[in-house]
Amino acid sequence: MAPPMAMHTEPDQNRLSPGRPATRSPDGRSTPARTTNAEVLVTAPSMLWLLLLFCVPTVIVFAITFKPADMFGGIGPGWTLQTLRSLFNPNYPAIIWRTIWISFVATAICLALSVPMAYYLARVAPRWRQVLLLLTIVPFWTSFLIRIFAWKALLHPEGFLKQALVFLHLVRPDASLLYNAEAVLLVSVYTYLPFAILPIYAAAEKFDFGLMEAALDLGATRVKAFFNVFLPGIQRGLLNAFLMVFIPSLGSYVIPDVVGGPNAEMIGNKIAQRVFVDRNLPHASGLAALLTVAVLLPMLLLIIHQTRAEKQPPTMQEVA
Amino acid sequence: MGEFLEFDNVSKSFGTVRAVDTVSLRIKRGEFFSLLGPSGCGKTTLLRMLGGFEKPDCGRIYLDGTDITDLPPNRRQVNTIFQNYALFPHLSVWENIAFGLRVARRPRHQIQDEVARMLTLIRMEEHAHKRPHHISGGQKQRVAIARALINKPSVLLLDEPLAALDLKLRQHMLLELDIIHDQVGITFLYVTHDQGEAMSLSDRIAVMHNGKVEQLGTPGEIYEAPRSSFVAAFIGDTNFFEGTVREIVNQEYSRLAIDGFPDVVVFNDKNMRCGDAVYFSVRPEKFRISRERRALDDKHNVIAATVEDIIYLGSHTKYWVRAGAYRLAISRQHVRFLLDEQPIRWNDAVWIWWHADDGYMLERYSEADEHLMQVPPAAVGENSNGTTHGDAH
Repeated sequence: MAPPMAMHTEPDQNRLSPGRPATRSPDGRSTPARTTNAEVLVTAPSMLWLLLLFCVPTVIVFAITFKPADMFGGIGPGWTLQTLRSLFNPNYPAIIWRTIWISFVATAICLALSVPMAYYLARVAPRWRQVLLLLTIVPFWTSFLIRIFAWKALLHPEGFLKQALVFLHLVRPDASLLYNAEAVLLVSVYTYLPFAILPIYAAAEKFDFGLMEAALDLGATRVKAFFNVFLPGIQRGLLNAFLMVFIPSLGSYVIPDVVGGPNAEMIGNKIAQRVFVDRNLPHASGLAALLTVAVLLPMLLLIIHQTRAEKQPPTMQEVA
Repeated sequence: MGEFLEFDNVSKSFGTVRAVDTVSLRIKRGEFFSLLGPSGCGKTTLLRMLGGFEKPDCGRIYLDGTDITDLPPNRRQVNTIFQNYALFPHLSVWENIAFGLRVARRPRHQIQDEVARMLTLIRMEEHAHKRPHHISGGQKQRVAIARALINKPSVLLLDEPLAALDLKLRQHMLLELDIIHDQVGITFLYVTHDQGEAMSLSDRIAVMHNGKVEQLGTPGEIYEAPRSSFVAAFIGDTNFFEGTVREIVNQEYSRLAIDGFPDVVVFNDKNMRCGDAVYFSVRPEKFRISRERRALDDKHNVIAATVEDIIYLGSHTKYWVRAGAYRLAISRQHVRFLLDEQPIRWNDAVWIWWHADDGYMLERYSEADEHLMQVPPAAVGENSNGTTHGDAH
């Protein structure tokens, strides 16, 4: 039972907080929260990893934004605000707006599809649950790129899906299913759906369905019980799923590149163009930095809000 | 019909297990009614069918003259207190209590008044803004009660509501439940496996076993006159004897032959014939024990025994004595100084006696329950020390 289940715990970020058990001595008495040598040793590798491969590169990306570009695709000497100014290119707001709305709508659709799925997974007999969870992660066994190209083949004017829809009179023969924002949205939802299902399922599995009975008992309809009790009960899973889908989707590059075309570019495509076509690293860095800020800022606010919410109950007692 | 709440030949199976087997019960308005039985006896299933969480395979359930068998839980005038309380963790105490009124879209000022009244009833005013995981088990229990009562149910269902509490708190909450029942005056249907809880709270008890109602009666009736060996063993301590009817003395008394005993006289509350094999039981506190043989009338049974064990329990002392093939439990109020005799010690030869009216014949039981008879009295006695609440009634 355990091995396939291990998958879904991965996105559950609140489980990753380290250190708690180590602050208890073997006889069960809790010692003052002090970092022990063993703890430092255990955390050091991952801290080092984060520092070298995440923090340092991020700082470098931010720094390059303020360097001039040289003619050979490299970085020139000195510092400049030239790149920062060029970010106010009138083309960018439209692309940034498209990036945000595609990501947001894709995330919303993923969550909307995942919640009933997770509810069902948590209620279904364990035997079937294993099968369905396996089916959820089966797509990962095929290369991401191959799956995106498969979509291209399906949506292509001569493709199976297009032909089938025309045959069923659901689309006009001259309608284009490919190279538009809707295609990007569709493939994004397809790609990120498992990343929404798994954390929401992890939360739903821990949800006490007795609470639903309690809500019905108190006069709530099934719909009311679902919205007033179930959804609040899995809110951590919803939040994790939101982050797991929204953030990668903001940085999408392959999906809009393959099925989107020039009319459905996202900011990831622009960054790639600055690097590979214009060979302008500072400009690419500037866009990347912009995206990073756009992602980190809401997360930072969220974390601040959460820690404040966790400290809330005692203060409310004092008020009461 | 005519009764307030009625189960009419209700059955429910899960797979091949018959959880509830043609149960019929009539419960009066305002009654504190308990379903008592070991786990798996069907009591919780019966409760869940009344709550609307299970649908009976056959039979009907009537509440106040209306057939509610097919109504969903949210359309029944009953509310449940769940074993684990099932308080909504994302809502405060206040919001938990207000839940029922909020989903019913009652006006805001009415919700505020009602919740305030409930908070006063359960004495939790100062905890109104806490989340459930910040309050104690007993407080959660009280919130669960308030949350259920605020909907003004016709019947309050309580599913082992005290099982998760420690002993002291349980005793305290028993008292609270009793007080709340008196205050609100609605019908309580209480499910428990704890005979002490059922005895001390209930107006009437239905003892359940294997999906059937084994006996229905007041706590006193069930304790003093158990109908079957199952009830006798489940409610309080008891001693079982096996014998045959030797003689029907008169309308009231029979004479039984028991291996290794002189014949004993028992009250004739069952329809017996000469030669029938019967069980009969005598509660430990019905015995008298002494080192001297008493001259007694013909309604007393006097038997010689040897003391094997003495357990001092504070309020009373428990003696284990050997009499013939039987090891009997006898409990007696602990009196330190008796005028006429020495204290009883281990291995003393003693006389034990009881009045014929204190021994009860029990229905011969089905084979499935043979194990009850196999259990030596010692083991039966130990399952419920200090639970002789029946005395109080």
